[in-house]
Amino acid sequence: MTTTTTTATAEKDRRTVSGSTPGAARGPRRPGRIRRIGLPYLLLLPALVLELLVHLVPMVIGILMSFKALTRFSIRDWGAAPWSGLDNYKISVDINAPAGEALLHSFWVTCGFTVLSVGLCWLLGTAAAIFLQDTFRGRGLLRTLFLVPYALPVYTAVITWAFMFQHDNGLVNHVLHDQLGLTDKPSFWLIGDNSFIALLTVSVWKGWPFAFLVVMAGLQNIPKELYEAAALDGAGMWQQIRRITLPSLRPVNQVLVLVLFLWTFNDFNTPYVLFGKAAPEAADLISIHVYQTTFATWNFGTGSAMSVLLLLFLLVVTGLYLLLTSRRRKTADV
Amino acid sequence: MRRIRAAAIGAVTLSLALAASACGGGSSTDGGGSNDSPKTLTYWASNQGASITVDKKVLKPELDKFEKQTGIRVKLEVIPWSELLNRILTATTSGQGPDVLNIGNTWSASLQASGALLPWDTKNFGSIGGKNRFVASALGSTGARGEDPAAVPLYSMAYALYYNKKMFADAGISKPPATWDELVADGKKLSKDGKWGLGAEGANLSENIHQVFVFAKQHGADFFTADGKPDFTSDGAVTAIKQYVDLMAKDKIIAPGNAEYAQNQSLSDFAKGKTAMVLWQTASATLASLGMKDDEWGVAAAPVRSGTPGSGTSVNSMVAGINLAVFKNTDNQDGALKFVKFMTSDAEQKILNKAYGSIPPVKAAQSDPAFNTKATAALRDTLAKSAAALPQVADESQFETGVGTAVKELLAEAAGGRPVTTESVKAKLEKAQQQMPAK
Repeated sequence: MTTTTTTATAEKDRRTVSGSTPGAARGPRRPGRIRRIGLPYLLLLPALVLELLVHLVPMVIGILMSFKALTRFSIRDWGAAPWSGLDNYKISVDINAPAGEALLHSFWVTCGFTVLSVGLCWLLGTAAAIFLQDTFRGRGLLRTLFLVPYALPVYTAVITWAFMFQHDNGLVNHVLHDQLGLTDKPSFWLIGDNSFIALLTVSVWKGWPFAFLVVMAGLQNIPKELYEAAALDGAGMWQQIRRITLPSLRPVNQVLVLVLFLWTFNDFNTPYVLFGKAAPEAADLISIHVYQTTFATWNFGTGSAMSVLLLLFLLVVTGLYLLLTSRRRKTADV
Repeated sequence: MRRIRAAAIGAVTLSLALAASACGGGSSTDGGGSNDSPKTLTYWASNQGASITVDKKVLKPELDKFEKQTGIRVKLEVIPWSELLNRILTATTSGQGPDVLNIGNTWSASLQASGALLPWDTKNFGSIGGKNRFVASALGSTGARGEDPAAVPLYSMAYALYYNKKMFADAGISKPPATWDELVADGKKLSKDGKWGLGAEGANLSENIHQVFVFAKQHGADFFTADGKPDFTSDGAVTAIKQYVDLMAKDKIIAPGNAEYAQNQSLSDFAKGKTAMVLWQTASATLASLGMKDDEWGVAAAPVRSGTPGSGTSVNSMVAGINLAVFKNTDNQDGALKFVKFMTSDAEQKILNKAYGSIPPVKAAQSDPAFNTKATAALRDTLAKSAAALPQVADESQFETGVGTAVKELLAEAAGGRPVTTESVKAKLEKAQQQMPAK
C-alpha cells in the first residue's frame, strides 16, 4: 500500500527535479554539474531515510518473519527462530484446513465490505459536493457539518456508534423499533449477521466526507463557461452532470477511489473498536483476522505470511487499476 | 552558494540523526539480568481498581515506602487490562520491557514458554521467604507443572454468586441457590417484567472461559489431555458448554442483550436492580463505586451440580488472580527481587488486598479480620476448598481465544433466537480445536 504511494510521489519528485534544472552554472563546470544533480537528492535524503525507517524496515522484517516458525517459544529472539520455508504460506492458503478456510472467508467478507463501502462513500460524497456547488444560504454551515465525521477522532466516533448500536439501550434500536416500529423486536447489531450492516454504516459515515472534500476540490477546476454553454444548448441538470461534471472529475475520482479502496480494505480501527478482538463471522474483516492470528493465538509467523499475502494482493490490484486507468486516459487524450 | 552548502550539511545531519535515533539502544534479549542500574525499577501494574487513577492512589504511597526502605525509585505505569497482554508481548519481542510486572495468573504458562520471565527456583523463592508462605491454590496458577514457576502470586480472587436481597425477598426466595437446578428455578421466578435472573458477559472471551471451565470441571471434563493436547470436544465439555449457553437459550434466565456485553455491563445491570444474580470475582469495590450499598446485596458460594462445593466435580470457581513476574533481562535483578519481597510481605499484602477487595495469597496475611467479612469470606473459602487453576499449558491463551469465541458465537445464536443443539455446540468446539497450533 505504502510502496505504491511512495513510488508515485518519488516519480513526481523526479519529474520536478529534472524539470527544474537551474540555468547556466557558474564557476567551473564539473563540480557545478555534480552539485546540480546531487543537491536535490541530498535534500531528499532526510525524507528517504525516514521513509525507510518507518515503512520499509518493518516491512522487510515482516517478510523475514513470514518465513520463520515464529511462535511464543521463539518470539523473544525472533532472529534465531528456525526457518520454515513456505510453511506459513501453505497454512494460509490451504482452503481445506481451518486456518486457510477462515482466511478465505474473511477475504470475501472484506471484498464485499470494501466494494459496498467505497461505492457508497463515493456516491454520497459526489452527490453532496454537486448539491453544494451552487451558493445558497446556509451552504457554509452544511459544508462544515458534512466534514464533522472526518474531523472527529476515529476511536471516539466509533465507540459512540458502538453505544448507539447496543441491543438494550442503543439509539438505533430505540428509533427503529420503539419509535418507528420497523422491526418486530429489537435487533442485535454488534453480534450475529447484522454486524456487517453496522460495520458498513460506520465505515460509510466515516469515509464519505473525505470523498466529499476531494470531489468538491475537483469541482472548483471545472470552468463555469462549460455549464453556461451547455445550458444555452438546452442541456438539463442531469445532462450537465453526465456530460460535463463526471467526465471532468475522472482524474480526481481515479485517485479518490484508489485511496478509499486501500483505506477501507485495511481498516482496522472500525471493526476493532466496534467488536473487540473477536469479530462476528459476518464482519470478520481481514485486518482483524490477521491481528487475531498474530496476537491472540500467537502464531506470529503465520500472521506475518497472511500480511505479506495481503500486501501482494493490494499491490496487484493497485497496479492493475493504475494500468487500466492510465491506458484509458491515454486513449481519451488521443 | 553558502546557502546550498548549509542546506546540504543540514540534510545530511538530519538523516544521520534520524537513523541514529531509530537505532536507539535497548537491553539485549539474549539472556540473564544484570545489576547495571541498581537505583531504579520500572513496574507495570495491571488496572485493578475502579480506574487507573484509583490504582495510582493505592500504589504510590507503597512505592514511596519501598524507596525509603531501599533507596530504589520505582517508576509506575498502570496498564488497562485489555492492553496488558499485547504490551507484554511487545516487551518480550523488543527486550524493552519493565523490570517487574503484573500478569494475569492464567497466562503464566503461556508467558513461561516465551522464556522472557525469570524462573522462580528455590534460590529466588528463598529470597522472598520461601514457597511455603503462599496458598497452594494460588501457586497452582504460576506456570506449567514440573517447571519452576514463572511468577509469584500477588492478589487472589475467586468467583462467587452475588444476589440482590430485595429482589429475592420480593420473589419469595429465602436463601441463595446452592445448585444449578435451584439457580434456574429461582432465575425463572425472577425473570419477569423486564427484569432477569442472571447476568453474563457474553462477548468477553476470558469471562466465557472462566464460566465454562467450571461447568466442564463439574462434568468431569478438562479442555486439555494430561500431556497438554487440546481436548475441546469431549462429551463432558460439550454438555458443560451447552448447559451454560442454555441458561439463555433454554432456561431464559439471562437477558439476550447480555450476549453482546464485554465491558462489565452485567455488573452495572446488577447494581441497578435489572438482574438479580451475577457470578463475579471480587465485586464488592466495584458495586460500591456503582452506587449499590453493602446491605443491598448478599454473596454466597457459586453453585455446583449437587451437594456442596469441594474438589473434583464439585469445583465452583477458577483460581483467579494476578501474579508478579520479573523480566529476565532486567538490569536491576537484585532490586527486582527486593521489590517482589516487599510486595509479598505480610504487611503489604494486607494493605494492597484490602484496597482491592481481593484475598492475599500469602497465608499469614489471610488471617487478618479484613478478609473474614461478608464480602471476602466466601471468596476465601472458595479459594481454600473448591477452586481449580485453569490449564497450565503453553497454549492456554489460544484456548481462551478459541473456546471463548465459540461460546460468544453460541450465545449470539441463542440471543438471536436460533436453536442451540448438542451438534451445533460440538461443531463450534471442533472448529476451535482445529485452529489450535499444531503440536
